[in-house]
Amino acid sequence: MTAAHRPRIFLVDDHAMFRSGVRAELGEAVEVIGEADEVEAAIELINERVPDVVLLDVHLPGGGGQAVLRGVTPHHPEVQFLALSVSDAPEDVIAVIRSGARGYVTKTISGDELLHAVYRVGAGDAVFSPRLAGFVLDAFAGTGAGTPPSLDPELDQLSPREREVLRLIARGYTYKEVARDLTISAKTVESHVSSVLRKLQLSTRHELTKWATDRRLV
Amino acid sequence: MPPSSPLEQPAAGAEAPGQGYPGERWAGPWSGGEWRHRHGSRGGPLHRRLRGPIRRSPDTRVLAGVCGGLSLATGIDVTIVRIGFVLLTLGSGIGIPVYALAWLLIPLQGETTTIFTRSLNDRRGLRLVIALIPILVAAQLVADALHIGFLTKFTWPVFLALGVAILIRRNASEGERLWINDDLLPMLHPGGDHHRRWTLLLRVALGVIIGVGGLLVLILGHSSGSGLRPVGGALLVIAAIVVVFGPWWLTLLRDLMSERQARALAEERAQMAAHVHDSVLQTLALIQRSADDPRHVVQLARAQERELRSWLFEGRPPGAIGQAASTVSEGVAMIQRQIEADHGVTVQVVVVGDCPLDEGLRALLEASREATVNSAKWSGASQVSLYAEVERECVMVFVRDRGQGFDPEAVPHDRQGIAQSIRGRMARFGGSVVIRSAPGDGAEVELSMPRRERVR
Repeated sequence: MTAAHRPRIFLVDDHAMFRSGVRAELGEAVEVIGEADEVEAAIELINERVPDVVLLDVHLPGGGGQAVLRGVTPHHPEVQFLALSVSDAPEDVIAVIRSGARGYVTKTISGDELLHAVYRVGAGDAVFSPRLAGFVLDAFAGTGAGTPPSLDPELDQLSPREREVLRLIARGYTYKEVARDLTISAKTVESHVSSVLRKLQLSTRHELTKWATDRRLV
Repeated sequence: MPPSSPLEQPAAGAEAPGQGYPGERWAGPWSGGEWRHRHGSRGGPLHRRLRGPIRRSPDTRVLAGVCGGLSLATGIDVTIVRIGFVLLTLGSGIGIPVYALAWLLIPLQGETTTIFTRSLNDRRGLRLVIALIPILVAAQLVADALHIGFLTKFTWPVFLALGVAILIRRNASEGERLWINDDLLPMLHPGGDHHRRWTLLLRVALGVIIGVGGLLVLILGHSSGSGLRPVGGALLVIAAIVVVFGPWWLTLLRDLMSERQARALAEERAQMAAHVHDSVLQTLALIQRSADDPRHVVQLARAQERELRSWLFEGRPPGAIGQAASTVSEGVAMIQRQIEADHGVTVQVVVVGDCPLDEGLRALLEASREATVNSAKWSGASQVSLYAEVERECVMVFVRDRGQGFDPEAVPHDRQGIAQSIRGRMARFGGSVVIRSAPGDGAEVELSMPRRERVR
């Protein structure tokens, strides 16, 4: 996807105010091809119109953001999802990511940053907000001595470098700043983040699911 | 002079015979004299003066005024009384406990109760005295076992005097305590200016006498061949060394202690300065900035007043992460709420892991809040990132903004914020601070605090 090609966006959010807000903020840079305020309608319309990027509210009546992902991804794996939420509930965010979303940002994000995130997700990159980075670090924590050996250490653990990258993102660094701080290229940062996303989605680590349940109880 | 009961007295105080009685009883065994002293009119003025009640005389006292009091009561010259006491002491050592008991049982002139009657209520003092008994017994047994029985001659009087000294020190009246502390005890210390040379001479002389005695015992004991006698000699030599050098050791110890106190005081001051900076100075700065919004100013002033009150009267330091938060994540959330409300900036919070707060971690959070406030106030950025990570060994906090930045080297020394509230606070609990910033490039404060209790 290039800048010349305006990404086609679909909005899924149960708050009309938020949808119109996003429309106004993204403005002419994107083409909004549809909106939905609940799961059923969203699945139907997205499968019909096949947008480039879906902005998906994590908390949605009728099953949440994950339900939309489950309804679309099998038919149209090329549709990319960017999750949004206002809440701090990590288990929902992780669940949406594990269901296939390429990134997560908070709704307090500025218009420019949101646009940037849309472009990146559209290009197949992963978008980690500081909060998501924190959630992921938390979810993968405790993979030291004392945890049972996992079946697939490659998938079940973050590499030291990935951990470093995530920590910088959690501290509020942009990818560019992360690259400068670690003296690596921005491309390498991207690939680390994508690799983390892959691990997050594919790992069957017991702790990941357990972590989510623990969190739900709190 | 034998104790006499007021009941034996002729009813001279017919006006109010019963009045003096209950109070007099508390005055101790010699109290009858006092009663007669006030009410009796049998003897002439001279007679009364000479055979009056025994009172320790504060005017002529060298130690406690016992000799002066005896001299007043008996008419014997005070110098003779003193010589008598010295002879008693040198002869058998009995002079010391007799003097001490007199100190304990004779009230000071102008007082109605003895130190002894007051001691009866001083349970702790009595317990201390009782605790001396097993030590005394042990000393006797050891001395017997070592065949240095001649030492035991001194142990009894010394221990008796010790016990009495404890009671006196704890139960002397206010005036007498002042005298003991200001005039008597300094004589034992090498510091008192004009006593200094005398005490030094006295000490060295005493040390030499004891030391020579000890050496003699050692040599004679050796030649006489009685096995354990040398031990007594060695003890005497050690005692001589203690007499000569003891006060010097005490001075060293005292210096060490006062130095430690000074350090604790300085630390306390620094902590106080940090608190005042956090609360009062920060609020004043906020008030200056919102001078055109009277309602906000009033609100700030009220909040500050409340905080100061709770600090001054309830002992809760301002800006303390206090009892409201019990874990790192709760504390961080609290900081976020407070700063977003007070400064109108967004605080983006990310917390990884969690653990209960201890003293050091509270300090860490307080320092983090300061760093965040600084960013909110000075950087000009609309968003501050606050990242906390609980690791196995330590908790780390990063506070970052993309504002105007500053040169950390160029911060003037009178700016308390970083020096006291952040660096001082962290250093007090073994934490560390790294500040990264350059003009135009935002700022990041990295705080790290070791965990006291490690989970898992």
